Formats: sequence, C-alpha cells, structure tokens
Amino acid sequence: MFRGNKTRSLWFTLVSVSEGTLPPGTFEQLAMPHFERLYNFACWLTQDRQEAEDLVQETYVKALKGFSSFQPGTNFRAWIYKILRNTFLTSRTGLKATATVQLDLEGEDEALPTMKETPESILVQRSDWQLMQQALEQLPVAFREVLVLCEVEEMSYQEIAATLAIPMGTVMSRLSRARRALRAGVIKMQSVGAQG
Amino acid sequence: MICETWTEKLDAYLDGELATSEARALGEHLRGCAGCAAESLSRVQQKRALQAAGQRFVPDPAFRARIQKSIAAKPRHWSRFWFPALATAAVLLIAAVFPLTINRERRGDQQLLSELADLHVATLASSNPVDVVSTDRHTVKPWFAGKIPFTFNLPELQDSPFTLVGGKVSYLNQSPGAELIFRVRQHQISVFIFQEQALGNTRSEDAVQTALSFNVRSWSHNGLRYFMISDVSPGDLDRLSEMMKAAG
Repeated sequence: MFRGNKTRSLWFTLVSVSEGTLPPGTFEQLAMPHFERLYNFACWLTQDRQEAEDLVQETYVKALKGFSSFQPGTNFRAWIYKILRNTFLTSRTGLKATATVQLDLEGEDEALPTMKETPESILVQRSDWQLMQQALEQLPVAFREVLVLCEVEEMSYQEIAATLAIPMGTVMSRLSRARRALRAGVIKMQSVGAQG
Repeated sequence: MICETWTEKLDAYLDGELATSEARALGEHLRGCAGCAAESLSRVQQKRALQAAGQRFVPDPAFRARIQKSIAAKPRHWSRFWFPALATAAVLLIAAVFPLTINRERRGDQQLLSELADLHVATLASSNPVDVVSTDRHTVKPWFAGKIPFTFNLPELQDSPFTLVGGKVSYLNQSPGAELIFRVRQHQISVFIFQEQALGNTRSEDAVQTALSFNVRSWSHNGLRYFMISDVSPGDLDRLSEMMKAAG
C-alpha cells in the first residue's frame, strides 16, 4: 500500500517535471514548509512584525500567481525568497532602507574594523543573543539579509546568489564585510555596556 | 603574509564552500597556526551566535492558518467550473430552440388553418357539400359511427339562429374527422372535429384566429380538437362555439 502510493507519487513527480507542469496542491506542499523561515526573514528585513506579515502574505500571493513560471527541479527556496526580497525592495520600507545605505557594500571601508580586536572579546559574550540581535538590527539591510540567508537560513553561496541576484564573488565579499560590520557592532555595544 | 591569504578563505572554509583540496590544506594550516586557529574559533562562535540569535521571530499560528487557507489547493468542484459553462449552454440552447419550437408550432398552426380554410372553401364550392343531409342532430351523429374513430355531441339548436345542414367525413394529416356544416342566415359555418393526436405539432389551447380572412375558433375537449371556420361575425362564432362546448 505504502509502496504503491510512493511509486505513484514518484511517477507523478517525474511526469510533472518532465512535462513542465505541477500537480494541483504542489505549491502548498512546496511553499508552506518555508513559512516560518520566510516570516523570520521578513521580520529581519522590515523590522516590523505587521509589515512582515503583509510582506509574507504578498509574497505568497505573488508566488502562487507566478507559480507557472517556476521551473520544476530548480531551487524553490531561492525562488520564493527572491520574490519576498523583491517585494520588500519595492515597498516603502524597502525603498527607504536601500536609499539610506551609507556603506559602500562592495568597496573598502575604513570605518570597518580589521582583525585588531582579540577573538576573546567575542568569546566573552558569545551567548549573548540579545547583543547579537541588536548588532544585526543596526546593520544596513544589504548586510542584514546576506547574514540571515547564510547563517540563519544556512543557504549555500549559490542559493544566496540566486536569491539576491548577484554574482557568487559578490556574495562572498559582501558576506565577509557584513561579518566584519557585525563584529564591530558587537564590540561597540560591549564597550558601551562595559562603560555603562 | 601567508596567514592573511588563509584568513581570506576562512569564511568560505567555515561555510563549507571551499573546494575539498583547499579545505584540506587550510585545515592543516589551522592545526599548526595558533593565530589562525583562534581567528577561526572566533568566527565559528560568531556564526553559531548569529544562527541562534537570527531565529528570533515566530509567526502567529493564526497568521499561518490564514496564509495556508489563502493558498490551499481548492478542490475542483465540478459545479464551480462547469456550472457557468452549463448555464451559458443552457441559455444558448433555450435561446436557439425556444423560438424554433414556437416557430414550428406557429408554422404548424398556420399550415393547419390554411388546410381547414381550403376544406371549408371546398365545401362551400361543392354541389354536394355534405354527405349526410339532415337538420336533426340525432341523424347526423349516428351517421358518423364507424366512419370516424371517435364520437361527439351536437348541441340543441332550437331557439338559436343556427341550423344544422349536415356533415361529411373529412381528412386532415391522413386522419379521418368530422366536418359539420351549420348555417346562420346566409352564411355557412364549418365545424371540424379531429383527434388531437392526429394534428401533430399544433397548440391545444383555445384560440381565436383568422385564416384567409375567415374567422376561426378552436378548442380542445376530451382529446378532440374542434375548429370552427366561417365568414360570419366573431360574435356568431363565439355563440355557436359556446353551444358546442356546452354539448361536450
């Protein structure tokens, strides 16, 4: 019985993929497992729960409408995250966030610390999630998103490149700079906390 | 110098994105270089801390339910898909067939009336308009027995301006029926009686019509269709038809 269902399901998937069509209900099956993570990502982007809900809702509506353009066999996660991100970028909050980016994302920036601080300064507060969250909140959205996609969503560089529509090399350099900016933010807060 | 080269690749190494050979080489370097090992540990800690801190926002279950409902694959009720199509088809069918039916009925009626008018005119023109000549209804009615597959009643015409002239067997649609001739003043009135089933596609309700300027009354009773045609006034026709109906 179970084997029969499994075989049929596999056959259906193969036929669907080969024909470039998907069976009804597939969207729900593909999209709902990402719901919690998408919401979390949306919250990090918008920094507002209500806006995040609106963003996720709009994302699902858009994704469902455009599901026919999704090619079976390609990365669904990157596809739906990309929709969410593009929706965010065209929203009022998104436009505002990208317009106020002060850092040169891909270039050198003297404001960012190099490796002068001791690793121990991070180790001391490594379990302090709140500090890390605050530091992440204060990063420009471009750094925030690449860090969340890599560390929280555990996306591969390739997936991140597909989601953000940037080359792999840019993913690596932006990620490196985002990590340094985060570390600088944590150290700054630690020093403020220590002084306070 | 060499450590700087390695630390540039440290992120990719810790993210699992470094090629196998490079990863192996970097691993070896880390085992022998305390500075790079400490840096690596620091970055791992940051990764872990961020991984935990980043999973911060949990959606409301009601919100999840709302989204799920909005994207749930809707079962394809046949009615949802087919009802509009069927409704449209039904409307088109009715629109197409109903006028046809009416037309056919109307055409059937007109054809029938024309034939009856022809029979009436033929009777008027005939030197032997009737086969049974009698003013007595009790003579005329039995005469038809065995000649037509039904019987009928004739009214008592005393105290009326109508006179029964006689009757003959007539045919309509290859079916036998009775033609009765009445006279009122100098006008003759033909009353045709046929079985309704022999008439085909014609209406069966009472009707006031004209055919070739003749006035026509028609009605149905007990499976028989009565037609009254004449050049007399409609009032006379109505009066005789009422008497015929009363006789049943």
